[in-house]
Amino acid sequence: MRLLHIFFIIVLIFNFNLIKADEIETENKIAKNLRCLICQGQSVYDSDSEFALSLKLVISNKISEGMTEEQIYSFLKKKYGEWILYDPVLNKNTYFLWLMPLLIFLVGGAIIIKKFYIRK
Amino acid sequence: MRFNIIPIIIIIVFTATFIIFFKGLKNSNIYTPNVDLEKKVPSLVFKSFDTNLDIISENIFNKNKFYLVNIWASWCIPCRDEHKFLMKLKKSEEIELIGLNYKDNNKNAQNFLGELGNPYDKIFVDKDGTSSINWGAYGVPESFLIHKNKIIKRYIGPINNRNLIEIEKIIK
Repeated sequence: MRLLHIFFIIVLIFNFNLIKADEIETENKIAKNLRCLICQGQSVYDSDSEFALSLKLVISNKISEGMTEEQIYSFLKKKYGEWILYDPVLNKNTYFLWLMPLLIFLVGGAIIIKKFYIRK
Repeated sequence: MRFNIIPIIIIIVFTATFIIFFKGLKNSNIYTPNVDLEKKVPSLVFKSFDTNLDIISENIFNKNKFYLVNIWASWCIPCRDEHKFLMKLKKSEEIELIGLNYKDNNKNAQNFLGELGNPYDKIFVDKDGTSSINWGAYGVPESFLIHKNKIIKRYIGPINNRNLIEIEKIIK
């Protein structure tokens, strides 16, 4: 019986660690996707500025409050603007950025097909 | 017909690239933060500087007055520069100055105010910087001019004489 108790506690502790590890993982993932606004060229994850340190703390608080990743992004977008997100959102300023690879792919494909048929 | 298509594609690609880069020439490569993002005052809970009580932000800005929320710290050098302008602003009746002490040591903050004077009507504490993030601030020093629960002006960095004149013009 006692052994069972100990076993149970060990399993519990082990599971707690897993939960915490999961939280830290999402926290780091979010921090890596955010631009540190006062230190250009660095993500929030990489930076040790006061702004980034506080932001990391806010992220971990929000996660423990039960907010999802998407909710945290939209919260920060509302506060700081789209610039804080590394992934640019599709709008009139960025549509070219998003469509360019597709366009190049299509044009390249067209050229290849053209060449193939010309040779035939 | 077959031979004409490649030069046309090349010309189109070059013109498109040229247009994009030409448009980009005019854009500034220095990032300037968007100063008018969220107009409404965020709802937050602040800790008071001397009594350690929790106060909701809506209860701070409820009078029909102008408010200047100033984020400061005793370790912040530019805060020293802007302090004399805040002291000047304090003399005005129409505006209430609210200090947010950012990541500071209480004793150092007291010394700072003792040395340079206390321009603030109310002071709140942000020990770990999370309130500032929830407020939408970048760091110290930063100031927000508030009227009727709306942020009408935002100053990132220390307040200078020009900003002071601008604020005085707005609150008159």
